[in-house]
Amino acid sequence: MIEVLFFARLRETLDLARLALELTEPTTVGALKAQLAARGPGWQALFAGCQVLAAVNQELADDATPIRPGDEVAFFPPATGG
Amino acid sequence: MTDDVRILTTGLDPAALTTELVNDRAHSQGALVTFVGMVRDLSANPVTAMQLEHYPGMTEKSLAAIIGRARARWPLGRVLIAHRVGLLHPGEPIVFVGVTGSHRREAFAACEFLMDYLKTEAPFWKKEFTPDGERWVEAKSSDGEAAQRWRAAQQQQQ
Repeated sequence: MIEVLFFARLRETLDLARLALELTEPTTVGALKAQLAARGPGWQALFAGCQVLAAVNQELADDATPIRPGDEVAFFPPATGG
Repeated sequence: MTDDVRILTTGLDPAALTTELVNDRAHSQGALVTFVGMVRDLSANPVTAMQLEHYPGMTEKSLAAIIGRARARWPLGRVLIAHRVGLLHPGEPIVFVGVTGSHRREAFAACEFLMDYLKTEAPFWKKEFTPDGERWVEAKSSDGEAAQRWRAAQQQQQ
């Protein structure tokens, strides 16, 4: 299992804050994005733009970053704090 | 050397935080620089309230990492970053950064460095409420350029 978290605009668009996914073998952030985009048009639109950042175990990640069972993955827009 | 990262759901009090740093005799330093960011109140673009969201856990780690990078560049005494989350109104403080050092130059530089990286790297997101509705604030390219400036400066030194 992995836990996938969504924040800010993504959380609102999907109406979903977290999602538990079955994961039996290692994957990557890019492959997970493709898998999520296949869930429907709303998901596809979400991952089409470049304005979605990813983190694996609370560290910024890119498409090549590996994901292993038990990992915490998050997707969110660029930061606007401060 | 003490690093302090505080995510607050209520009452960020810049005066109290400043006093805390001034009174810290254990880290007696010659200079203290503070920055306070507040919710803007522009009549041309009325924002009635603002919601601050963060990624609990990653936000704290990210701020600690930014402080670590500042410490690698300048000799610093105390660093204190406090950031509000939740509902805020115009005029209320959102963020406080306080840096002590032996001399003003490194304290000024580190304070600006911390803010520039906080704005682009720490996972916080702002949503504005206006009379016309609500909107997520878009990231500004000028903020990315402000952080980039420090990388360029370091490359020049090397």
